[in-house]
Amino acid sequence: MRPRLVLRGREPRWLAPVLVLAAVVIVYLLTAGPIRGAGANPQAAYQRYVLTPLTGASSITEVVLAAIPILFTGLAVAVAFRSGYWNIGAEGQFLAGAVGATVTGLYLPDLPGPLAIPLALLAGAVAGVLWSLLPALLRVRFGIDEVVTTLLLNPVALLGVQGLLNGPWRNSRSGFPVSDNLGDGYRMPMAIPGSRVHLGVLIAAVLAVAIWIVMSRTATGMRMRAVGLAPDAARFSGIAVRRTLLRAALVSGGIAGLGGADQVLGVGHKLSQEVSGGYGYTGIVVATLGALTAGGVVLVALLLGDITVGAQNASLVLQLPPQMGEIVSSTLMLAVVSVLVLRRYRVAWRTGGRRRDEHGDPGGERAGQRRPVPPPAGPVQDPARPDGPAVTGAAPAAGSVTAGAAAEVSVTEVPVTEVPVTDDPVSDRTGGGRQ
Amino acid sequence: MSRPDTPVVAGPGAEAPGPAVPLVRLRGIVKSFGDLLVNDGVDLTLQPGEVHALLGENGAGKTTLMRILYGLTRPDAGTIEVDGAPRQIGSPADAIAAGIGMVTQHFSLVGRMTVTENLLLSRAGLGRLDRRAGREMVARAAARLGVRIDPDARVERLSVGEQQRVEIVKALSRDCRVLILDEPTAVLVPQDVDALFDSIRLLTGQGMGVLFISHKLGEVTRISDRVSVLRRGRIVDTVPTARSSPAGLAELMVGRPTVGVRRADRAPVTVEEAAARPVPAEGPPAAAPSAVPSGVQRPEHGSAAPPVTGSPGEGRSAAVLSLRGVRLAGRGKDVLAGIDLAVMPGEIVGLAGVSGNGQTELVQLLCGLVRPTAGTVWVNGVDVTGADPERVIAAGLGRITEDRHACVIGTLSVAQNLVLEDLPRFRRGLLLDRKAIRAHAQRLIDQFSIRATPDDPIGALSGGNMQKVLLARALDRDPVALVASQPTRGLDVGATEFVHGQLLARRAAGAGVLLVSEDLEELLALSDRIAVIYEGSLVGELPAEQATPERLGLLMAGQPGAAA
Repeated sequence: MRPRLVLRGREPRWLAPVLVLAAVVIVYLLTAGPIRGAGANPQAAYQRYVLTPLTGASSITEVVLAAIPILFTGLAVAVAFRSGYWNIGAEGQFLAGAVGATVTGLYLPDLPGPLAIPLALLAGAVAGVLWSLLPALLRVRFGIDEVVTTLLLNPVALLGVQGLLNGPWRNSRSGFPVSDNLGDGYRMPMAIPGSRVHLGVLIAAVLAVAIWIVMSRTATGMRMRAVGLAPDAARFSGIAVRRTLLRAALVSGGIAGLGGADQVLGVGHKLSQEVSGGYGYTGIVVATLGALTAGGVVLVALLLGDITVGAQNASLVLQLPPQMGEIVSSTLMLAVVSVLVLRRYRVAWRTGGRRRDEHGDPGGERAGQRRPVPPPAGPVQDPARPDGPAVTGAAPAAGSVTAGAAAEVSVTEVPVTEVPVTDDPVSDRTGGGRQ
Repeated sequence: MSRPDTPVVAGPGAEAPGPAVPLVRLRGIVKSFGDLLVNDGVDLTLQPGEVHALLGENGAGKTTLMRILYGLTRPDAGTIEVDGAPRQIGSPADAIAAGIGMVTQHFSLVGRMTVTENLLLSRAGLGRLDRRAGREMVARAAARLGVRIDPDARVERLSVGEQQRVEIVKALSRDCRVLILDEPTAVLVPQDVDALFDSIRLLTGQGMGVLFISHKLGEVTRISDRVSVLRRGRIVDTVPTARSSPAGLAELMVGRPTVGVRRADRAPVTVEEAAARPVPAEGPPAAAPSAVPSGVQRPEHGSAAPPVTGSPGEGRSAAVLSLRGVRLAGRGKDVLAGIDLAVMPGEIVGLAGVSGNGQTELVQLLCGLVRPTAGTVWVNGVDVTGADPERVIAAGLGRITEDRHACVIGTLSVAQNLVLEDLPRFRRGLLLDRKAIRAHAQRLIDQFSIRATPDDPIGALSGGNMQKVLLARALDRDPVALVASQPTRGLDVGATEFVHGQLLARRAAGAGVLLVSEDLEELLALSDRIAVIYEGSLVGELPAEQATPERLGLLMAGQPGAAA
């Protein structure tokens, strides 16, 4: 009798929370070494990371502020991933949005606020849509893997921003590669007086609610989910798969672009090349950890905002390097994603004899042919794409993402075949139905 | 290892002359997937120098048996002997070491590489590749096969027949003495089939044994020395080919109609059938609708019919589903080679055929998933050629396909799957009307006695219940035409009865049903007439009362002459 992992038909409800808890413990164990190596007590460091930012009103508002951009990118990524469009390009779309808002701000500087802000936000969203248009069309028309194209457009967007800042938009006074300040009308009003939290938080919140409603309550959302879960079955059911994918891709780009515009209007009031600093990649983390749901995205964005603020605090008080916060959130991401893969398996004790047939596909000759082996390593366009957070990928969290590091962003595909849950044509329901 | 051209059989053959020690002997092989028994105590031998054909319908267990011999599947019980000694074959590597080679239906070749590279790929260790030796190996193996193969040709540029030769060459280069060919002719054009058979004869002349899997009678009688007929996991009979007749083999393959529980259960069906059958079968098809006994829902369909009359061709004027000259090009040859078929209101047209003769593609085409290369398809008078599923559904076609799992989204609930084809109907304002969706699901669950709640993920349902959900989804829109492919495959008796009852009810309500099935009993019990598809063409059509398993079996085997 040897233990082995077999695919499970149905997961009990307690499993996911338990696994997330296990992941948290793993993260603690994995990061305790480096934190101690940097000369701090891990327990104290975690207190700084997670709890300290929540103890004061002003630091709470900082947490919210830090969460705003990754809320946008997280929602953008979640919408795309839910529909089976693997948009890794939120970073580039975010930058495009920032540029779009800057265009209006620089060339129409005298517009009054009530006109300027909607216009700039719209310009940002449109720029995001345009930036996502090419990969989306390539995918829908020619089946070209959007993971590659969206990813590779990110450094292009960054180079474009740098080109603008070193060329036409170079600061007219200092000569630094930073744009001039936008007109006064482009200053986003504050949502919480006396803090730096701007109205963007409301926009993001409304967006989150809207996405939640659309995905769970509307025909469009149902179609998008269907396409994301099983494109072939969706097509069979008369859903226009390609149109749905295209829409999801463009909406995703638009949301990311909106985030970029919001960041320019709300925080910098000018375009700089650090305007994103990896928010698009962090959005993948946020969406994935948030199980691709709007509510999950909000929670995770706040958690990562918390850790970001905590990391600043820890670096001041405990002399920990500021990058340690990114290490913690990246490790969390990796741990949760890899642990959640286990959701699909259960431990079985082999009693000899039967092997290799754990898929339990009835159908004799078809076994192993019709729904064979795991899908190929390529992550995209795979018909049997399971849902949930286990599917998608890891990305280095915020900050130091350059073109080189970006190449490491990989979508880890869980090798899961479309498993018929009952392997047995005769009996009725499997056990464990909901009570 | 390095001398593939020596007949390796010489060793054991010398010790025990004659067929006393078979190359391979399978004893009592048992294999089940879940509750489905695929191989049920199979015994099989292969002698040196013979072609042993394994004949059987799809699902009979042929491929599974061969996968067991090649180490791709583990048997639950049974032993494998090679050269008289028991061997553990747990992986293809073991099988290759035992001198067993297999060419599957789907080739495992790297298209971008040359023939030689493909050959070396399977035997490359560390270190340098010896291309020259590889080329020589290709040449030697090709000589054994009696064909010419360019060792430097890129595989993707080769025809399907040539690629198959490369697969055989690969097996030969590993000194195999037993060659398993799994449906080797399924993708070949006739000339390639002839060349393949010549090669097979050359190989057996060198003392090799060939296991030839097929469901085509004609080929089996041409090439094999012995035939084993497999039905429902058991070897029904093993006979020398010379002493068998195609008719006898066909009967063995499809099985005689058995008198049993299932048939008795169907008695009420046949009574109803008896009343309705003569008319559609004998009269001109267009007259059929008026003769349908029950008037249920007739007017509704009658009102749907008139716009049809404008379409060209009088035979099609009343048909709810018709195909003209439908062709579908496939890999190498046409999968569908000009299908003409019309289904009238109030009749069930059965489509019989051994699987792999184009039924799957025909159904996919009708469902709007595949675009025909040529020809036209009408549903209820609407031209839906190449239309997407949405339009096909809108034209009034209900669809039940053979692959249930490909038609549902497993993690969505029963209720959601039930409305997936019809989302606009369940909108209230911008949002979906969840109450209506639930009520709709509950109504269908009650009506079709599905054992599930609306919120269950559909992937958790058994095959029978999932099929009922699909049936409910298709029938709830009151389709004028229905395509049902293998609607009862894998279902238990109760669910089968239920599905049959629903199909008959549709027919009584005036809809036309195209029933695609490999179960002859099912076709005979339900159909008004039965068409037979063979290699992508309709080779015959019999009114139900003239159809017998024997006649259908011969048509299915591509021998229309014998059936007439």
